[in-house]
Amino acid sequence: MTDIAGADAPVLRLDMTSDAAKRRIRKRYAAEARFKAYGLAALAVTTLFVGALVFDIIRNGIPAFTQHSLTMDVAVPDDLVPTATRSDPLAIRGADYFPVTRDALKAAIPGIESRRGERTLVRLLSTGAPDVLRDRLVADPSLIGKTVKVPLLLSDDADLYFKASSTSIVKRGGIGTATPSGTTGEITILTSSNDFAAEVVTIKQAAKAKADALAIEAARLTTFGGQSVAQRVTEINAEIAELKARFDSPKIEEILDAKLPSKLVEINGGLVKLTKITDVSVTGEVLLPLASAADAKPGDWKVVTYTTAESNRKVSDQEVAFLERFREKGMVDRHFNTLFFTSGDSREPELAGIRGALIGSLLTLFVTLVLCLPIGVLAAVYLEEFATKNRITDLIEVNINNLAAVPSIVFGLLGLAVFLNFFNFPRSAPLVGGLVLALLVLPTIIIASRAALKAVPPSIKEAALGVGASHQQAVFHHVLPLAMPGIMTGTIIGMAHALGETAPLLMIGMVAFIVDVPTALTDAATVLPVQIYLWSDLPEVAFKLKTAGAIMVHLSQKEV
Amino acid sequence: MTALYFVTLAILVAAAFLIGRHRAQSLIAGGAPSLHSLPSYHGMLPMAAVLVAMLLTFVIGSNIVARYAQSSSLAMLGAETVADPLKRSAGFRDIQNIAIGKHSGDVPMLLKEAAEQFASASTFGNWMVYGLGTLLGLFAMGYFISRISPVYRARNIFETFILVVMGICATVAILTTIGIVFSVLFETYRFFFDPSLKGRPTVSQFLFGTEWNPQAALRADQGDIKTAFGFVPLLTGTLLITAIAMIVAGPLGLFSAIYLAEYATPRFRAWVKPILEVLAGIPTVVLGFFAALTVAPLIRGWGEAYGLSVASESALAAGLVMGMMIIPFISSLSDDVINSVPQSLRDGAYALGATKSETIKNVILPAALPGIVSAFMLAISRAIGETMIVVMAAGLAANLTANPLEAVTTITVQIKTILVGDQEFDSAKTLAAFALGFVLFVVTLILNIIALQVVRRYREQYD
Amino acid sequence: MDMSQQTLTPEKAVTQQVPTSAKVVARDVNVYYGEKHALKDVSINIPDKSVTAFIGPSGCGKSTFLRCINRMNDTIPSCRVKGTITIDAQDIYDPALDVVQLRARVGMVFQKPNPFPKSIYENVAYGPRIHGMSRSKADLDQIVESSLRKASLWEEVKNRLQESGTALSGGQQQRLCIARAIAVSPDIILMDEPCSALDPIATAKIEELIDELSQNFCIIIVTHSMQQAARVSKRTAFFHLGLLLEEGETNEMFTNPTNEKTQAYITGRFG
Repeated sequence: MTDIAGADAPVLRLDMTSDAAKRRIRKRYAAEARFKAYGLAALAVTTLFVGALVFDIIRNGIPAFTQHSLTMDVAVPDDLVPTATRSDPLAIRGADYFPVTRDALKAAIPGIESRRGERTLVRLLSTGAPDVLRDRLVADPSLIGKTVKVPLLLSDDADLYFKASSTSIVKRGGIGTATPSGTTGEITILTSSNDFAAEVVTIKQAAKAKADALAIEAARLTTFGGQSVAQRVTEINAEIAELKARFDSPKIEEILDAKLPSKLVEINGGLVKLTKITDVSVTGEVLLPLASAADAKPGDWKVVTYTTAESNRKVSDQEVAFLERFREKGMVDRHFNTLFFTSGDSREPELAGIRGALIGSLLTLFVTLVLCLPIGVLAAVYLEEFATKNRITDLIEVNINNLAAVPSIVFGLLGLAVFLNFFNFPRSAPLVGGLVLALLVLPTIIIASRAALKAVPPSIKEAALGVGASHQQAVFHHVLPLAMPGIMTGTIIGMAHALGETAPLLMIGMVAFIVDVPTALTDAATVLPVQIYLWSDLPEVAFKLKTAGAIMVHLSQKEV
Repeated sequence: MTALYFVTLAILVAAAFLIGRHRAQSLIAGGAPSLHSLPSYHGMLPMAAVLVAMLLTFVIGSNIVARYAQSSSLAMLGAETVADPLKRSAGFRDIQNIAIGKHSGDVPMLLKEAAEQFASASTFGNWMVYGLGTLLGLFAMGYFISRISPVYRARNIFETFILVVMGICATVAILTTIGIVFSVLFETYRFFFDPSLKGRPTVSQFLFGTEWNPQAALRADQGDIKTAFGFVPLLTGTLLITAIAMIVAGPLGLFSAIYLAEYATPRFRAWVKPILEVLAGIPTVVLGFFAALTVAPLIRGWGEAYGLSVASESALAAGLVMGMMIIPFISSLSDDVINSVPQSLRDGAYALGATKSETIKNVILPAALPGIVSAFMLAISRAIGETMIVVMAAGLAANLTANPLEAVTTITVQIKTILVGDQEFDSAKTLAAFALGFVLFVVTLILNIIALQVVRRYREQYD
Repeated sequence: MDMSQQTLTPEKAVTQQVPTSAKVVARDVNVYYGEKHALKDVSINIPDKSVTAFIGPSGCGKSTFLRCINRMNDTIPSCRVKGTITIDAQDIYDPALDVVQLRARVGMVFQKPNPFPKSIYENVAYGPRIHGMSRSKADLDQIVESSLRKASLWEEVKNRLQESGTALSGGQQQRLCIARAIAVSPDIILMDEPCSALDPIATAKIEELIDELSQNFCIIIVTHSMQQAARVSKRTAFFHLGLLLEEGETNEMFTNPTNEKTQAYITGRFG
């Protein structure tokens, strides 16, 4: 090594004034700003996600808290329950209410004769609709034989129709005089003016557009050549010819199918769904019977459009017609969904509630708390205050830390193999669920309790020992009370964790479809998160809303 | 019966305490020299004795009674029923239902008799337990109360008892681990090596097989269903979703932590921290719902807009939402780690004229690296073990693919699918779930142990 | 030297008070930590190429003042600084001034050695690297070597430059931190009780080093040891309860203090 004396070596001075140095410093500050922006962006994305999640849940969940009913005058026939047994509530409960509500519906919309129409009408009501009437009659048997005004619960699809307004309805007055050919069944309506010209033109233009598109496709295909292509081109050409025939002659009749917005005519107090259409005449099926087959003056009849095509919505035109009629009559009533909080699970979305799951959660958490709080605290006190540091306590400590990170589903396997198959505990019971969850949150509580105990200054214990207290007295009288707030925080965190836990409970069979609200620790039950999982798996849209509603209840419960 | 037992227990416990304390107090009143222990200890000792005696009798006794009642009633149904596990459990369910009057319809004579046997055996046995428990309780109480004297060291004995109870509580965690290990290990062993099990795979078939189809042929006419227990597609599916989750959560979580620890003002922190905590507290079933009903259709829609075919249960949707689940986990752990880097290192860098981001990148992050690595490992372990999001948003199809737009399945999804609903305990399919559980346990355990060890070293370095 | 005199000519007050050139000039500096008034109306001139010691009892504000000179107090959110401090007549609290460049000119050595958890080489090379002082690896090697030589550490570590800086002994670590500070060739080096965590032998080495460095740098050292101040410094400033009570030539101050509190302190009657 040559002797370059450090102090005498040419000193590289820090250059801060040259252009290069200024560029350099600008670059460094740009990097600084960029780096800071990354951090902010990460937080923004996370916040955005939380916002989107909460917004999505609330948007879906709010409708679950309301419900629609039809308020109707129901004539209860005198022979529904024989006079002799009217004093017996069971006899009143056992009566067949279906015909009563069906007749009430038919009275509300008279003139529906076809079996199909009738069935559609009856299905608008929930299967649980008569329950209100039944309860009313049980409470007051003297109502039998009289007409009672009761709210009858609508089915989930009907309920959704009012909540989500699955189609908008556009009406315009007729210009000419319309003449219907009958009052029910399939009828033809003639008009004195070109009332339907606009619709016909629209349909024919669509046909032309489609033909043009097909022609381009055919031209594209012919460039490829080949056997199968030739066949396809022939098919396309036939289709084009067919479409051409339609749009070339404006007089030709057009057919309205379910893929197009539904067209209807409101005339003489009835409603006709159009199937075939020309400029001046339409043919269609009567959805709501006409009062008469008399001519309707211009402006007295209307052309109605349901802008969403029938194939794109859950409710048919017939159902929309009925529901709109009920709405016009002021029979539809929106109210708070009390069933959601008072009933158990059900296959019918409009009847399903979370009470069973709530009580199940409560029972399960009760078991968890009763087990893991004392065990957790005592274990923590032992490890922190009494255990001598040796291999075994070291092992326990490592073990507890690892157990806290074991996937929850593995605890479910433990519950299944040990509690159900070995000890023969009942399946689906809150007792077993509580046991499994207690083992799951025990590490959390032990770790939190130990931290809380560690945070108590040793001088407290020394003072107690100094006045002659035993070690246990010092710990239980002085250290533990001071650590209690920390222990409680840990316990609350653990309980919140247990409340949201789903996977291990699936393993021990708490997924059964359970209608009854559990009353004992060994009853079959489910819990709220599992209920959410079960509902989210069902195909009905209404259950999706219910799920979101249940999630709202669940989250608010967790916040508390 | 159970209620009566516990009422008696409560009465005896209260009596033991009151009598014991009263005896001790009357010794003082009677002018005895000062007692070694306080009167309440003289009360608590017999109380604890009664409690232990009666609880033990109940737990052991009622177990014996239940087993006896079951076997004696089943014996009446014939040897054939007892031998077949399926018939046995069905028969026993019938017996129980008849015994509690829940069974509807006609009941065969044989079953009815068996149910009567079950009922009478249970009743008799339970009364025996009750009698024995009460007797033992009274005896324990009497023994400790008779020993009360001024020199009796009730407190020391009671404290020893409490110490033992605390020690037992501390071993519950160990017992849980042992329980987990044994329950999954035993079934896993049977899955691979039980000769009576039909359709069991070899270990190498399981570890290296690329096809997963646990459906067993239940009847003879379903012979064409091919059962296969190849673990590879489940592993790749799990890793694919975990990788997506980490790609999302790694940068977002780490940068969030850096910003919160180094840049944020206390006010900003107070606003943003709760948001992360809310995210951390959202149950995974809710995230699963969000993934399945909102995110998956959204991704599908986007994909189709660009002409990509996206499975309705794509790995991407599940992975994205799982990533969101992990963000608060990574950010809070990294936040802790970054905060525990000593201020003197920051000062050292600032004093040289480093900008904040240079300090973070060149000094703080390298110093915090072990902690951050272990945070990531714990996050991966959590992602691998997460169940509900993938159950709801990922599919069941065991595809061997690395395309995030396709449906994949994971270890946890398969465990859940196999074990939910009715299952017999002796089929290869059921045992396969335990084998998967074993793999899951081992993998996450290894990740956790390494991560915790790294964190421990790291803590020691700066404490 | 010429440069500083030229730039200082407008500051009449300064030139009048200090016969020699002043590198750092502070006027009416007040520092507040939240509500607490930590430093009150401190005015001082600190000459270049010499050692100035700040002494005083704990909590007197000497470290606070030191941290004002390279604006390290900026990292404490509740801290406010009022008054002016100039280095070569440039106001360092001027909003237009870049704090990063300031700190490159004003190096700092802390109470507890705080090497980065990196190799010895990287510790020294870090500053030159972020400031872009070297164009090649050879440049950087040269800076590292000369800095370590100036810090009298080269002979001890030249064969293990890639080992972690945290593996050195306490005294070596502190010299490494000094090498790290002088690697960016600052004008001023601030030392905040650099020897308080070291044993007497390591302390002696550092003091020797300080003496050598004072030929090229303006060194300001905070110390609680009177002997150290007497040994290493040319000038001394005595702080008490946030006030600068007395300032002058070290020899003069230790033999003939004008302020009675100073006298009480240096004779060990309180502290």
